[in-house]
Amino acid sequence: MRRQNNMLFLIILLFAVAVWIDFSDTIRIGSFSRNVETRLGLDLRGGLQVLLEADVPADTPVAPEDLEVARAIIERRVNALGVSETVLQVAGDRRIVAEFPGIDNPEDVIATLRETGLLEFVDTGDTPFQAGQPIQTDFGLTEEDIAALEAEGIAVYHTVMTGTALDTVAVQPDQLGNPTISFSLKPDYAKLFADYTAANIGKYLTIVLDGKVISSPVINSAIPDGQGVIQGSFTREEANSLAIQLRYGSLPIPLKVVESRTVGPTLGEESVRKSLLAGLIGLTVVMLFMALYYRLPGTIADVALINYTLLTLMLYKLIPVVLTLPGIAGFILSIGMAVDANVLIFERLKEELRAGKSLRMAIDLGWSRAWPSIRDSNIATLITSSILFWFGNTFGASMVKGFALTLALGVMVSLFTAIIVTRTLLHLVLDNVKSAEHPKWFGI
Amino acid sequence: MNIIKHRYLYFFISLVVILPGVIALALWGLPLGIDFTGGSLLEISFSGTRPDNAMIAETYAEFGIEDAIIQPLGDDAFSIRTQAIDDATKGQIVAALEEKSGQTVTVLHFTQVSPAVGAEVAARAMGAVALAALFILGYITYAFRGVRHAFRYGVAAITAMLHDVLVVVGLEAIFGHYLGWQADSLFLTALLTVIGFSVHDSIVVFDRVRENSHIYRRLDYETLVNHSIVQTLDRSINTQLTVLFTLLALAIFGGNNIRHFVVILMVGIFSGTYSSIFNAAPILVVWEYQEWKNWFRRRKAEPAA
Repeated sequence: MRRQNNMLFLIILLFAVAVWIDFSDTIRIGSFSRNVETRLGLDLRGGLQVLLEADVPADTPVAPEDLEVARAIIERRVNALGVSETVLQVAGDRRIVAEFPGIDNPEDVIATLRETGLLEFVDTGDTPFQAGQPIQTDFGLTEEDIAALEAEGIAVYHTVMTGTALDTVAVQPDQLGNPTISFSLKPDYAKLFADYTAANIGKYLTIVLDGKVISSPVINSAIPDGQGVIQGSFTREEANSLAIQLRYGSLPIPLKVVESRTVGPTLGEESVRKSLLAGLIGLTVVMLFMALYYRLPGTIADVALINYTLLTLMLYKLIPVVLTLPGIAGFILSIGMAVDANVLIFERLKEELRAGKSLRMAIDLGWSRAWPSIRDSNIATLITSSILFWFGNTFGASMVKGFALTLALGVMVSLFTAIIVTRTLLHLVLDNVKSAEHPKWFGI
Repeated sequence: MNIIKHRYLYFFISLVVILPGVIALALWGLPLGIDFTGGSLLEISFSGTRPDNAMIAETYAEFGIEDAIIQPLGDDAFSIRTQAIDDATKGQIVAALEEKSGQTVTVLHFTQVSPAVGAEVAARAMGAVALAALFILGYITYAFRGVRHAFRYGVAAITAMLHDVLVVVGLEAIFGHYLGWQADSLFLTALLTVIGFSVHDSIVVFDRVRENSHIYRRLDYETLVNHSIVQTLDRSINTQLTVLFTLLALAIFGGNNIRHFVVILMVGIFSGTYSSIFNAAPILVVWEYQEWKNWFRRRKAEPAA
């Protein structure tokens, strides 16, 4: 009896915590504070999902560090664009998934992602270049490559240093108010740059981004302190976007877009509304069925079912689980599994009652007989959902992943409610009832 | 109620249900969506009167895309499937459409998948299904280690599962041919759920066989299995009903974009319950008596009679 009271206390406590979290956006305990807003996936709130893949031959391995560095660089780049709540994750061994909720300019975001941002300071000797002109530099080329290119009559210019040498980059207006980009170099490169500029006064130092000339300034004097300014005919936006590229540097590996998904916000809103309605209706019908068919135990199961729903939603908000359309489907299906656990128990309970056992014994026996089938069938579902999760995670298929996660969580919570909640409530309500006097309450 | 007695009738029913799907698969194949083949799918809506298909096709052709499959969607929208085009091209096409129609064009949905990724996902998806089957086989064999021939239970559950996979994939092939459905990653999700439920149901029936085989040691195997099926029948029907209720709610109120998914689930889950009762458990009996030894004999005897 004491153990039962403890259990009841635990259930009520959990119930209260679940209600508290389910109906608030932020939780605070003392100085601890956390945002627990429900997170909706791109298919529900609209947005863009992009799958990037290392643009190297399929049999070339990609170093995990390179992938991680590329991810971090892209993340900083898109954050600088002012896109909020982006999610960037490495998926598998050669891909990165990028998610941008609620954006309305997918083309621009993808354009930013695709830029490799290789900045070069190129020694073009006495030749000035026009902005936008393509140029062949020797960066990353072998001597044979250079020789081959020169044999074809293509001029190859020497790269003095690349964007990695930059320390800070800022956009500043010049005397006329035109935007310019000022930069400072890392100490190691400042010396190199000082020597180079001292030796090449009057020559052109061409600034090249991704093989295209940005500007081709003449070296007026030696630059000893590693501070420089890039002037060109940029608009304010162009200067900003160039500064972002310079600041966040070049990617360690080239990436290409292999998949992109855009969902308009209207379609998303409609989906949320419809799925919620469907979920509520489905739950109501199931609860009615349970109460009508299993009578008193069925009504208790309904209480357990509400508890189950609240607990699961609480976990979604705490973990947090990003809810997608398949994710909601997974949740609704897991309700089915939670009901199944109760059905299994009640069918056994009825059998034991028909065999003339006392109600109290019937509850314990019914529960313990039903348990192996609940356990084994749910473990099989957990096996399937873990494989689905792995599959979704490796391929950046976040829809499949979302489904697997909600299904697996649902199964685990339903095991908990079947073991703890239904059983405790059954004992609590029924221990003082004589089933023989009220067979109708049990649908026998 | 004697279900096991008529086991060959139930096998026959399964065969009749599966056969059209298998024929459809052989004739038309599984209609794969762009998730698996690569390509682009653009769904756009127009603010005013929807222009005709020809205008859309023309606009695409201006961008050198001749293979556009254009389908009207609802009252004011189109769904256009093409080879893989990137987001920049999509933006240009939408701008061109706005200019030509003089209306605001809203992008409801745009997906582009490169063919290489699509093919890889398709191959790995099959791998995932095979892997899931293998793990489940292993788990059932382990979970039923207390009874004789635990391995048979695993094989029977996997056979029933294959039954359901065939039903669902066959249905997709038929609907694909007549209604233009395409197997996308949501279909894959549905398929894997059906697998999960199918095994779930088989295990519940097997669990009763496992329990009864410890209680009624003297009962012959056929009666034992039949008894177990009948005992779990109420549960099978009720659980089936509750799941169907929730799915029905999703199908009716859940919106267009998941209806395909929900229909596949409903059929698959119904098939899962059927196969656990009428295939998985009877297979145990067939195996126990090694009835395949008689199949040949019986067939020979029939013409004589």
